[in-house]
Formats: sequence, C-alpha cells, structure tokens
Amino acid sequence: MTALTLTNVNKSFGDVHVLKDINISVEEGEFVVFVGPSGCGKSTLLRVIAGLEDASSGEIRIGDELVNLTPPSKRGIAMVFQSYALYPHLNVEKNMSLALKQEGQSKEVIAERIAKASTMLNLQDYLHRFPSELSGGQRQRVAIGRAIVREPKLFLFDEPLSNLDAALRMNTRIEIANLHRQLSASMIYVTHDQTEAMTLADKIVVLRDGRVEQIGAPMELYNNPANKFVAGFLGSPSMNFLPAGLVTEGDSRTLGIRPEDLRLSDGDGLAAQVSHVEHLGGDTNVIAHAGDHQITARLFGQHAVEAGQGVTLGFAPEKAYYFDEAGARLRG
Amino acid sequence: MNKARNNPLNMTLMHGALILYTIIALFPVFVILINSLKTRKAIFREPLALPSSDSFSLVGYQTVFKQGDFFLYMQNSLIVTVVSIFLVLLFGAMAAFALSEYRFKGNTLMGLYLALGIMIPIRIGTVAILEMMVATGLVNSLWALILVYTAQGLPLAVFILSEFMRQVSEDLKNAGRIDGLSEYTIFFRLVLPLVRPAMATVAVFNMIPIWNDLWFPLILAPAEEVKTLTLGSQVFIGQFVTDWNAVLSALSMAILPVLILYVIFSRQLIRGITSGAVK
Repeated sequence: MTALTLTNVNKSFGDVHVLKDINISVEEGEFVVFVGPSGCGKSTLLRVIAGLEDASSGEIRIGDELVNLTPPSKRGIAMVFQSYALYPHLNVEKNMSLALKQEGQSKEVIAERIAKASTMLNLQDYLHRFPSELSGGQRQRVAIGRAIVREPKLFLFDEPLSNLDAALRMNTRIEIANLHRQLSASMIYVTHDQTEAMTLADKIVVLRDGRVEQIGAPMELYNNPANKFVAGFLGSPSMNFLPAGLVTEGDSRTLGIRPEDLRLSDGDGLAAQVSHVEHLGGDTNVIAHAGDHQITARLFGQHAVEAGQGVTLGFAPEKAYYFDEAGARLRG
Repeated sequence: MNKARNNPLNMTLMHGALILYTIIALFPVFVILINSLKTRKAIFREPLALPSSDSFSLVGYQTVFKQGDFFLYMQNSLIVTVVSIFLVLLFGAMAAFALSEYRFKGNTLMGLYLALGIMIPIRIGTVAILEMMVATGLVNSLWALILVYTAQGLPLAVFILSEFMRQVSEDLKNAGRIDGLSEYTIFFRLVLPLVRPAMATVAVFNMIPIWNDLWFPLILAPAEEVKTLTLGSQVFIGQFVTDWNAVLSALSMAILPVLILYVIFSRQLIRGITSGAVK
C-alpha cells in the first residue's frame, strides 16, 4: 500500500513558483529522502505534505485519503524539526504527551506510549527535565520521541541533524536508521547532505529549483544518474566534469568520471599536473589540473604523490558518463 | 568581557555619570518627600532643609486623609491603570500576533495604520472623544478613561510586540499546529510566555503616563466618585490659597503604587531592553 501520493503538486508564493508539478509516491514502510541544494524547495514540499502550507494545485493523499484540506493534526503525521521546537515551558514528559492529550487519549495509553518511546530513545532519566536542561543530542531525541508517541502513518524529518556536531550527527543518523527498522514506519527525511541521503534512504528524491530531477534507490542514482546535476550532487568528492575533447580529439560532449574510478596509469590517460594531495591514510585524494580543468582523483591506499608532480590519470571506458550541453545524460 | 569594562578609570567615569543622573532624577522626588513632612512655614523658609524636630509635621497627611476621598481616588487610579494596561497588552499582543503570523491582504497597510497612532498625539482628538463619550453616555465613568487609555497605548504595543513575535521560532508554532493545538492555544501558551519581557516593556511604558495623566480625567471624568488621584489632588490647589502640605503629601503617596507596579515589571523590563543587544 502507498503511504503517500503526490500528484502534480504545485506551490507558488505570489509570483514565485516554488514547486513545479511534483509527482512522488512513498510506499508503506519506506524511508524516502528529499535531497537538493538549499533553496530547491525540499522544505517547502515537506511543509505542504504536513499541511503547514497549502498546495496551490495538485493532490496530496496520505494512505488512501485526500488530505489537501485536512489540518496538520488530523493528517496522521508527526514532524521533527531542525531546531527541535520543544515547548520551553513543559518538561520532557509533557512535551511528548501534549499531542496525545489533544487527541483525547486515555491516561493509560499516554503513559504506556511514553514509557515505550523513552525506553527506545534512552530518555527515561530525563522525563522530568525541561528542554533548557538538555544537551543538543538529548533535545533531538525528545523531538523524535514526541513524534514516535503519536504512532503516525508518516514521519516527517526536516533536516534533523544539521544542528548537531559531526560525531553526534553520525550517532543520531544510526539511531534514526535503527528506529526505522524497529518501527517499520514510512518516513520522509529532508536534507541537503548527500551522505545522509545515501546512508539512510530506501529511495532518494533529488530536487532542484522546485523540480524532481530523479527518483531512485541510492545506488541506482549513483550508478545511473539521469543528468549532470544528479551525477555531480551525489558522491563525495563529487564527479569530475571535463570536455571529452581532452581524451578523444573532436568530441564535443562533457565527460563525467568519478574520482574513485581514476587511477595512476603508465600508459593512456589524462596528463595532469598535481596541485594538492590529501593523505587520509586509507585513501589519497589527488587534486590535479589538466590545462584549466581541475580533476580530483581518489586513490585507494597510500601513494607517494607530491604537489607539482606530473601524473597520468587513467580510467576504464565503461566508467565514463557523457552529458550534452544542457546537462542531459547521453547513453551508448 | 571587553577591555573598556575592566579599566578602573572607565568604571569610575561610568558609575559617576550614572550616579549623577540618578541624583538629578531623584532630586524632585526627594524634595517632595521631605517637604511633605514639614510644617507650612518650614516649607517656605527652607525648602531644601530636612525636617527637624521643630519643623516636623504630619499635618499634610492628616488633611489628605480627612478631606477629600483619598482612598477612593487611589482606587479609581489603580482600576483605570491596571485595566487599561491589561487591555492594551491583550489586544496589542493579539493584533501583533495576527500581523506577524498570518499572510493576508493589506497586512503591511494594517500594520502601518496601527503604528500611525505612535506619531499622532491622542489629545488632538479630545473634542471628538468627548462628543463620543457624551453620545454613548460614558462621561463620568471609569470606562471612559479605560477606553481612551487603551486606544492611546495600543499603537506602541502593537509595534513593539509584533517585532518580538516575529522572532519567536516558526518551528515551535508549527510543532504546536501538528500536535493539534488551536491558534488560540499557540498564542496564549507558546507565544505569549516567550514575549513576556516585551510585554513588561510595553506595560511600563504605558503605566506611568496613564497614572500621571490629568488631561482626560479632568475632561471625561471630573465627577467626585470617579476622580483619579492626580485630579483629586487638585482640590488642594486653589486659585488664591494652595495647601502645599496636603498637595505634597498626596503626591508622595501617589508615587507608591506605581513604584510597586514598576518593581514587579522591572526585572522583565531589563531583559526586554537588553535582549538582542546582549546575548
């Protein structure tokens, strides 16, 4: 069964057309990540799904129900915000129980759900603390707990990790992935970070300028990007784009090659001047220039390459992608 | 913190300036207080002298309590001030919330219209207000004063509060909406507690002019049973003879209630003024 279906959803603020003909479906239990650069409309799309903004046109269905005119609290959703958005005057327990009280749940149900959620998130010791007495990571867990206790049909996450520091971000990411496995609920997660998208998603939706660029499983998008934007957005370091003329005389296409597919070669390849080397231990990132074009190569293991040195970078022809001038993928 | 604050010379100068200002500001209050405790002759002989065993007298206070209905006036003043401030805060906050939170046609225009009142003194409309009060039969009632002061306080309240409400996290309000809180609950339970310092600022800015006003009580509510304290104190000021003991005693006592109200709001007020500036 589908958990969410968007059909031709459009959203305009005055003259500004923010979302353009969005068509997405989310299956039951699926973890879908909306990813894109800032300003691409991904947060607006999430707010339209939540009902915090009205769609200008198009249909939004949660489960089988058309919810265009349903207020947020009746849509069977729960949302986790970037800034946590905990109620400052309520303690952790009351923060989590407020929505249930509004729904008119009985005391027993509320107590049971809070107990379950706080065990799952290790919040038992903090139930009587106020948000101001918690660390960032704990606050985020309370915000997630507040969503869990509602047992929603659909979870919405709006960049939940961007206020956390790097170490905590990784831990919380794993926690969210575990949570998804435990609850097997449908989740939509918005982020601008492609690592989060790749690691968490069952399905990624890449957005740019209010349009869906491509939808697919992480590896599908990585191995088979529909266009230059998707190819360049996913993967770190990002894909190298070069005029194909550098390799084959007279070729006017754009050549895309991932840094990890380049290797040092004795024979054929691109001649380049090394400008910087990053030794990471497990990997070595070589930044080189072929004429005006910067090329990044990610070599596995440790290599004795130095800045200023000339290298030849080879690659297997089947690893190369070709794009036309407008950025569309050319196959074959 | 910064260097300027740790420098002892700067500290001395800063405190010197503040102490000087405090003395200037408190001097008239001090003169009123000491003279209210002196005999009439002593007031005129040496206005700045402290009351001595010769000149000490409570005659002013006795007159005030005997003559004139001092406690009724005080009660009227308190009712008018407290109710007006309550209404200003309530309606001001509601209007500010609507202006800062909702997108609707004419939002900016409405905001400008409400802010216009800051620039136009309400006393210009006195004649029209009096006519209105006569027509509605509100003359010589406390409601006349409460309504006028509420109108007078609203523009500044809306202006200040809408600025503060814009700073309240959007996510927090949306979290409330998703949890099924009504817009009223979001306003009263989430937004109002967060703009409390701003509310205190507005309350203090409005409280003192209302308490001290003589103009509107004189015009709209001069009847004995609705006189406010400032108007009531006027009975001691005659065309030919003024009972200075009584006037000074009445004024001394009139300071007390505002002082108490101010102390209640001041902690919040300081947070309101410095929020944003110091963080």
